[in-house]
Amino acid sequence: MKRFLPGRITSVALLLFVAFAAPLHGADDVKSLLAAIKAVGKEGAGNPTAARAWRELSRLGPDVLPAIFAGFDDDNPLTTNWLRAAADAIGDRALREKKPLPAAALERFVQDTNNPAIGRLAAYRWLVRADPAAPARLLPGFLHDRSPDLRRDAVDTRVEAATAALAKGDKTAAIRALREALSGATDKDQVEDIAKSLKEQGIEVDLAAHFGFIRSWLVIGPFDNAKGEKLAVVYAPEKSIDLQATYKGKGDVDCRWKSFATNDPYGKVDFNKALGQKKGVIAYAQAVVEMPAERRAEIHLGCATGLKVFHNGKELLFCDEYFHGIPEMDQFVVPVVLKAGRNEILIKVGQSEETGGSWADQWWFQARLCDASGVAVSVTSAMRPVPAKAGAGE
Amino acid sequence: MKPYASLCAIVASLAPAADWPQFRGPDSSAISQETGLPVKWSATENVRWKADLPGRGVSSPIIVGGKIYITACSGYHAKWLHVVCLDKATGARLWERQFNSTGPTACHPKTNMAAPTPVTDGKNVYALFASGDLVALDGDGNLLWCRSLSRDYGKLQNQIGLAASPVLVGQTLLVPMENAGNSYAAGIDIQTGQNKWKVARERIVNWATPLVINVAGRIDAAFATTKAITAYDPETGALRWTHTGVSPSEVASSGRGDEGMVIVPGEHDIYALRPGAAGATPELVWKTGKVQLDFASPVVYRGRIYSVGTIGVDCLDAKTGTALWRERLKGKHFWASPIIADGKLYIVSEDGYTNVIKLGDKPEVLATNALGESFLATPAIADGCLYLRSDQHLFCIGGTK
Repeated sequence: MKRFLPGRITSVALLLFVAFAAPLHGADDVKSLLAAIKAVGKEGAGNPTAARAWRELSRLGPDVLPAIFAGFDDDNPLTTNWLRAAADAIGDRALREKKPLPAAALERFVQDTNNPAIGRLAAYRWLVRADPAAPARLLPGFLHDRSPDLRRDAVDTRVEAATAALAKGDKTAAIRALREALSGATDKDQVEDIAKSLKEQGIEVDLAAHFGFIRSWLVIGPFDNAKGEKLAVVYAPEKSIDLQATYKGKGDVDCRWKSFATNDPYGKVDFNKALGQKKGVIAYAQAVVEMPAERRAEIHLGCATGLKVFHNGKELLFCDEYFHGIPEMDQFVVPVVLKAGRNEILIKVGQSEETGGSWADQWWFQARLCDASGVAVSVTSAMRPVPAKAGAGE
Repeated sequence: MKPYASLCAIVASLAPAADWPQFRGPDSSAISQETGLPVKWSATENVRWKADLPGRGVSSPIIVGGKIYITACSGYHAKWLHVVCLDKATGARLWERQFNSTGPTACHPKTNMAAPTPVTDGKNVYALFASGDLVALDGDGNLLWCRSLSRDYGKLQNQIGLAASPVLVGQTLLVPMENAGNSYAAGIDIQTGQNKWKVARERIVNWATPLVINVAGRIDAAFATTKAITAYDPETGALRWTHTGVSPSEVASSGRGDEGMVIVPGEHDIYALRPGAAGATPELVWKTGKVQLDFASPVVYRGRIYSVGTIGVDCLDAKTGTALWRERLKGKHFWASPIIADGKLYIVSEDGYTNVIKLGDKPEVLATNALGESFLATPAIADGCLYLRSDQHLFCIGGTK
């Protein structure tokens, strides 16, 4: 039998290693894999290339997780889903094979608020699996984080603290914990639960103010919306706001601007109350907000019927649907750049001619201003005084 | 060979008889060929295992090989979408993939984003969520592709929430997206996730799952709304035929009858249509209003139609529509559709009673089994076991297989 030389053994081992080892990927390689995946477009454009890149990326070790999370995009949940699936496949395999997750790197990633919020959340979830002590250490710092999901977990801990304090009979500590929780809460269910708990302690919460609902409006109508088909018709209030003007509305009635303030805890402006219950009509509502500086924000709206939204004369939203969606807070989310100084928000709401129940009588909207994570934007809502001249609808 | 035998080969993609690969089973008939299935059970007996699910859902489980796939949703505004794979023998979680919804998630509190049932070709699983998210995964949880139909085609308008399930025909995934906004149906290439075809549909809310039928060797994919039932070539989306003289249910799905008939549940009537040549309006063979109709999809079995309503289950002659008998059922509201195996009909109520009815010229109630949870999902059958999905759990009812 020939001697099997050590050199040959080494060569064979090397060949086997090259054949079967995971491909060595540098940072540039990972970047190009991420780029291929993030290039997916509408209707599956780029899917085959992304799928190949995904397979390669998902074979990498857990050290690549922070780089994947850095590729998450707060504005593109589709590509984020592609990357999330890769991260989960890598993380699951690491746990299965009992390989360590990069806890320190994940924690650095989570703590860096310049990283995408959705990426930080994913990193946090994996960090917790690597380090179960992480929530106790990190959550208190997330109470006012720009990630709504990290805030949500932090709010929960404050509510738990309040519950524990109440169980011990310490109302002061409980109220303090509840106020802290409220300061970070933006999700409706959490806010409502906290408000209920505070009310039980004798403290009323102004829900509309907390959420940033606009409550002071000028309203005008009714204009014609026969068969619910005239939402696109441009009536005079869309051309310019003239508080002195009298316009001819549906049925030739005189329409003039009048002030309307809503006391609804969710800022609902009910045109049935403001202008009277009507069918086949359109009304407008205008609010003015003053800003100290330009900033990005979002207008969050709820509405059961046709809706159009303008900011400083520019149309931001047109939805010509009646009773098809679920009318609720944050049903529509419209990005807006609020200018320094004066910002005019104009809402146009249609009412159809449908009958069949009280559901068909809904003619309202609600609007709030907040940042991208749902935190109310501080504004000064101002209304120009309406002339004293009497008119229809007053 | 019976006309639907070749159809089974296409739609079931060679799934063994012990599998349940899509909504209402191997050929979407809601019929299993298995025998010896459980008849009696309770929360403490004959439950082989009970698995926790990561969130809510009304989708049915699908079963292929040794794996169960099921969808769920969780989180504030149900924004987290889950595809879960369980071990069929033990209920143990093999893997779970989570996605962030890319479309609107508001819906009626009775339903949620995990309403459509996924479908498998035996190798991969394709899951549609009511948010318009569509994902394809292999059996190990590796992502093949995903799509955001909401970002592609605009916000879905359905005040209740979408629930129609996708259907697989060969290499084409049929995706029913009728709604009051941008309404369409699409055939998607399962290899790439890209459209093979897309057709505009009526702008109307709808929850019925499409039906694949074999018309003298020609495969048609029939989509029904309350305005019409319309069939397309599942490969190209070319229009085959349409019937506007019927008013199909917006919820219950159609089924295949004997002798080339399609049984179409309506709001007030049930219709038997017989499609013919492409381009020709199908023949209306019979229709009857003497039947209970509600959310559950009727089942056609051995020459009879079983339709569940608010009072109980009605049995009709599938050839003529003649009413044969009615049997009251225990339980309040039947959102789930019935399934049939071994001559027995299984129907589960919202308040958790599974009625087991022995079918024949006269029905015989064999059992009404209570599990103490709420059930809206249609059950599944595989390998001697019955699978019941509540809002938070999946139950495996059965013997010792």
